[in-house]
Amino acid sequence: MRTHTSIAGRRPSGRRHPLATVALITIGLLTTGGAYALLSTSATAESTAASQQSITEGQKVFAANCASCHGLSAMGTDKGPSLYGVGASSVDFQMGTGRMPLAFQGPQGAEKPLQFTQEQIDAVADYIASLAPGPAIPDEKWLKGDGDIALGGQLFRTNCAMCHNVAGAGGALTEGKFAPSLAGVEARHIYEAMETGPQNMPVFSDLNLSPQDKADIISFLKYQQEHSSVGGVDLGGLGPVAEGLFIWIFGLGAIVGVTIWITARPN
Amino acid sequence: MVQKDGEKAAGSDVATTTPRDVSIGTAVVPSGAFENPGLLPHRPRATDLDPKTEKTAERRVGGLFLFSVVASLFAVVAYVIFPIVPGDMDSVRLNNLFLGVGISLALLAIGLGSIYWAKNLMKGGEWTEPRHPTRGREETRAAAVEVFKLGNEESGFGRRTLIRNSLIGALVVSPLPAVVMFRDLAPAADPVALLRTTLWDKNVRLTRDPSGTPIKASDVTIGSVFHVIPENLEDAEHKLEEKAKAAVLLMRLKPEDLHISPERSDWNYQGIVAYSKICTHVGCPVALAEQHTHHLLCPCHQSQFDISHEAKVIFGPAKRALPQLPITVDSQGYLVARSDFHEPVGPSFWERS
Repeated sequence: MRTHTSIAGRRPSGRRHPLATVALITIGLLTTGGAYALLSTSATAESTAASQQSITEGQKVFAANCASCHGLSAMGTDKGPSLYGVGASSVDFQMGTGRMPLAFQGPQGAEKPLQFTQEQIDAVADYIASLAPGPAIPDEKWLKGDGDIALGGQLFRTNCAMCHNVAGAGGALTEGKFAPSLAGVEARHIYEAMETGPQNMPVFSDLNLSPQDKADIISFLKYQQEHSSVGGVDLGGLGPVAEGLFIWIFGLGAIVGVTIWITARPN
Repeated sequence: MVQKDGEKAAGSDVATTTPRDVSIGTAVVPSGAFENPGLLPHRPRATDLDPKTEKTAERRVGGLFLFSVVASLFAVVAYVIFPIVPGDMDSVRLNNLFLGVGISLALLAIGLGSIYWAKNLMKGGEWTEPRHPTRGREETRAAAVEVFKLGNEESGFGRRTLIRNSLIGALVVSPLPAVVMFRDLAPAADPVALLRTTLWDKNVRLTRDPSGTPIKASDVTIGSVFHVIPENLEDAEHKLEEKAKAAVLLMRLKPEDLHISPERSDWNYQGIVAYSKICTHVGCPVALAEQHTHHLLCPCHQSQFDISHEAKVIFGPAKRALPQLPITVDSQGYLVARSDFHEPVGPSFWERS
């Protein structure tokens, strides 16, 4: 950025360097974006309890962005389900991971860049939570990753691993649906997904996996992602096909190469 | 170099044939038949011609061997620098990694150096080593026959028929213990009886896997999936075998989504259904449940079962629906089995009717 402006300054004529406009826009965007980020983070810190103002704000965002599928009163239409009773947790997951609003109707809503600020998401969550009781946004104490890793691993392998892969690498489901990779997913979103069962994932309510169980699973995933595989490079943990392909191409390739070299005539 | 004539070692005769002009049967004259091009003319190597190149090659081989020494020492040093700290798995990884890299580089460098040496510096030249015929020489064959004859004569094997026949009999019978032993590895009892029954029975509670806590019907919210084991699994003698047969997936659907045949009308409890988790194809655990489509996917061979239609097969190689476990609630509101499965769980087997 600095180089752009300095190049523009060196020009004696009145004409601006073609990149000057780009630089100017970048500076402008960074300033407004930075100021906005500052403002929005301070706003999140303030709004912890659902205020009437937040609910009204959420209703506005909802009416403008979500009502075309979920209906103006969130009762659902033939394009989208009713949101009564899904709770703040569900809203925070779906909008907080960018899955909602959907880009298009398809087998599964994909993760994409966030469409809203956390403030707006919280407002919509407050609005949806005010319609009917549902799971709330999880308490921070379950998300710290200090639970029982061994038990968490056992629970993960029993309840989650068949779809999300033992290494949490994700896997395919039917008709274009898939279980996403769990690498780098925030602890809060993992908890919310278990609690609400987004899209075709089953629900693992607190009556099935208690909050402590969920905290253990999160601890296990966190441990697994932070510690490298003891056996060396894990090749994404995708299982025998990926590993077999690797050894067929690189292992056998190396053997063939060395064999050719051994038998080739020297110069 | 070329084999010298007159000094033929035993078994080194070369059988020669003249190739046919006409192939057998088809009588088509082969065109473009492969001709033996013979030995290519000797081409001296760069190291044979140029003493400087020879010196470089020599240095390379020496360098590789010296590198091997360095790598071996590196392995020793790394083993000391990165010790295995008990309880720290990352230290195991580093220890193994550097030790392995050092040892393999050391051995690889010895191998590469030896081959480079042989290819570039050892005496060079081409020669043909003919394949020797498989038939032995006449005198060798005659000697072999003589040995057999002598053996027969001296032992009296052909003469003493009692000894010969009893020996043959003993050898024939000797594998018999192995046959009995291997047969006994198979289930001694009728496999139908073994596979038809599981730990499930009337009033056996459904419990969570792995904690073994019982499940109330009210715990199972709509869209939930529970991985279930029978409560008496903990006391079972062969725990893993029993778990492999009795594993169950518990799901709750909206009652209007369930399409139930009349004879199974009381097998679910308010939309809560329980199905065997063992695929009817080859027995993988079928547990990839989709909340809204109510499909169950088997990860091994992509068989799909539709839970809303009594787990019937809708895709893939499985032939039979997953067996359903009839359930109800007891007086305390806990889910219990009504009975065992009504058919053997898991893949088909020979005696399954």
